[in-house]
Amino acid sequence: MSDNKDKIRTSTPEEEQLSLNDDRRVKVLSPGAMVVKRFLRNRLAVIGMVMLIAMFLFSFVGGFISPYGEDEQFYRYEEQMKEYAGVVRNNDFRYTAAEGEKFDSVLQAKFQLAANKQAESFEYKDTVYKITAEGTDFYSISSGDKMIAIAFKDIINAENSEISFVLKYDALKAYTNGETSFTSEGKEYALDEDGNLSEGGNVVACISRFIVSPVSTDVTVGRLFKEQLEESINAGSEEFKFTDEDGKEYVYQITYDAYTSSWSVKQGTQTYVYDGYAKPSRTHLLGTDKNGMDMLTRLMYGGRVSLIIGFIVVFIETALGVALGGVAGYFGRWADNLIMRIVDIFYCIPSLPLMIIIGSAMDAMKVDPQIRMLYLMLILGFLGWPSIARLVRGQILSLREQEFMTATEACGIRVSRRIFRHLIPNVIPQLIVTCTMSLGSTIIMESTLSFLGLGVKFPFASWGNIITDVNDAFVMTHYWFIWIPAGICLLIAVLGFNFVGDGLRDAFDPKMKR
Amino acid sequence: MRKYIVKRILLSIGILFCVTFIIYTLLRCLPSSYVENMAMQLAQQPGAKPYEEWLDQLNASYGLDKDIVPGYLTWLSDAVRGEFGDSWKFTVPVLEKFNDVIWLSFVMSAIAFILELLIAIPLGVIAATKQYSRADYAITAGALIGISLPTFFFATILKLVFSVKLGWFDLFGLVGRDYAQLDAMGQFLDKANHLVLPITTLVIVSVGSLMRYTRTNMLEVLNSDYIRTARAKGLSENKVIYQHAFRNTLIPLVTIVGGSLPGLFSGALITETLFGIPGIGYTSYQCMLAGDIPFFMFYMAFMAILTLAGNLISDILYAVVDPRVRIA
Repeated sequence: MSDNKDKIRTSTPEEEQLSLNDDRRVKVLSPGAMVVKRFLRNRLAVIGMVMLIAMFLFSFVGGFISPYGEDEQFYRYEEQMKEYAGVVRNNDFRYTAAEGEKFDSVLQAKFQLAANKQAESFEYKDTVYKITAEGTDFYSISSGDKMIAIAFKDIINAENSEISFVLKYDALKAYTNGETSFTSEGKEYALDEDGNLSEGGNVVACISRFIVSPVSTDVTVGRLFKEQLEESINAGSEEFKFTDEDGKEYVYQITYDAYTSSWSVKQGTQTYVYDGYAKPSRTHLLGTDKNGMDMLTRLMYGGRVSLIIGFIVVFIETALGVALGGVAGYFGRWADNLIMRIVDIFYCIPSLPLMIIIGSAMDAMKVDPQIRMLYLMLILGFLGWPSIARLVRGQILSLREQEFMTATEACGIRVSRRIFRHLIPNVIPQLIVTCTMSLGSTIIMESTLSFLGLGVKFPFASWGNIITDVNDAFVMTHYWFIWIPAGICLLIAVLGFNFVGDGLRDAFDPKMKR
Repeated sequence: MRKYIVKRILLSIGILFCVTFIIYTLLRCLPSSYVENMAMQLAQQPGAKPYEEWLDQLNASYGLDKDIVPGYLTWLSDAVRGEFGDSWKFTVPVLEKFNDVIWLSFVMSAIAFILELLIAIPLGVIAATKQYSRADYAITAGALIGISLPTFFFATILKLVFSVKLGWFDLFGLVGRDYAQLDAMGQFLDKANHLVLPITTLVIVSVGSLMRYTRTNMLEVLNSDYIRTARAKGLSENKVIYQHAFRNTLIPLVTIVGGSLPGLFSGALITETLFGIPGIGYTSYQCMLAGDIPFFMFYMAFMAILTLAGNLISDILYAVVDPRVRIA
């Protein structure tokens, strides 16, 4: 190339004048090149083109680049606090009658009264019962010399086998008096400060003021758990951790309710949930939607759906419109009249209400989402052709009278050839402009329907149905990343089509000076 | 002229018949879930008739037991007499409900329309007179952005900014919580306050097309020979633009403005629904979802009449305003 240029420069002026090299020629541009040139001069149109290319790359290539699938769901572990058990500190006397004796509710009531008065005995049915204070909140009741019952507030929970009355008495006596070991029925027992009663290293029972009742009936609360629970209640802490027999560690929360004077224990369990409405992060650049799907990927696939629907609808519209408009414009007379009346009728049918009622009918019939998408395209296309038919007819009516059409007639060219080879190409510039603009409006229409929940349905994404989530006011106010990006994508795509359409209109206009 | 108008009106009536027939056929082909639901509910009441009997009875009372053509003729003969039946959803006569809600929609659309005219025409003229200037680019881009904004998205953004973040307006509805306690002036202001966001949405979304229309027509006029003549005469630029060019631009503008006057009654379905404004759009949306055939038929017929009236008005205005157009 550069060699060539040098040669031209070095040639003599005479040669230069005669040369037919490119730089000597008058610049002639074909009409197509003129259109391209004018189009490229229009700044808005170029911006629109860039926007469209970006959206196309985003939607069609993005899906392959994205590491996630269209409806791939993500999960996360979540700590959920569930009501686990209720704990009450025992403040009532409990009674245990000695073997072979009875200590019924009347006697219990009598004892209660007497104990409150701190009396040493009470009488019932001519029998005198003697109350002996054996320790703190621990009494024995005897009639004559025989002990018939004990009354206590600290509760003994046997580990395995039942505990005999005597052992119970001895254990409580030792516990309430703060002793660490005692002998009962010839056996040595040890008591530690947690109230564990052990015989030769084996824990047989534990003594405690607290009653733990689990919420669900199939849970048994172990001794070790109770011990730890008690410890943390006494320490006033609100949380503790406990590892159960299976080695699983749970977090427990203790809340004290002063009104019922009880503690409620909540167990933190890890649940595997959809990672819904996750904030934007490195793994999910735009967060996740309510089903735990990656928002950015959904946007890409949604763009694909929205753009494809737009193209197919406009294709249907154009095919119908060009065919019918062409026939009406070329043949005129009754064909024109008939077709134009049909166009008038279609013009009068409000398309949005019609689509809404068809959409809600499809909801009622539970149409499969994929088939539904097909119907959507067909109906939108079928409702949209009249404006294109009108445009084509108008153009053809004016073109039909021009000389070149008379010439084709004189040449005896076939009618179909005359229409499709000579008339239609002259309509195409106008057609391209209208199609580009109507791509934008179709996308808006589709997204509006999807937004109302009557267009593209869930497993498929579309920009419209992604924004549907804002119907939940909480999502609207708290999760901007759900709906604003989708809206911006929609805006960019539609704006791109409109900019390009506008630029094309100017570029195709032969009257344009620039 | 009169002959032309009569001919157009007759044609419009013919089209109206076709449109209503098509819509009626479509509605009848859809599963009439509303009637079935109602029959189901009625049949579940204690001691009620079985479902089939209720269904038959309801179908008979709603005129759904006839075939499509006789059914349509029944609807038509009632409709011509101005009887559109009772709305199923609202259980009041359709016309009564319509009369309740239409004026709100009209007021809203009318205010929006006046604002649109006030914004679009001056800006369109400016854009045309300064073609390819920075102002022109800005106005054209703004108009296209307005056209490209999906109503629901824009409305939601307005809500987020002005209702949630700034708290200037309520999120939904036409009246505030303490509406009943306000005096007449307060009630008026309360309603006006609730209409600000819907009207803003309407204006922004639809101002673009009028602006572009003004600009295109103004450009066409500015390129015509008589403007060149006016300039050649040495008239001041102001006089050329505002007396010669603008007056001629008014011809297409008046026709399109006249043609869109009936449209003011059609309501704004999406905007009203999003803002919970009980106008004709929101009401008809509820009816559509409920499968309320009487109201929907009426609404569609009404919309068709509006479209036809709009076309007719703009065609007649064209002949009236432009002395060059003579209708045979």
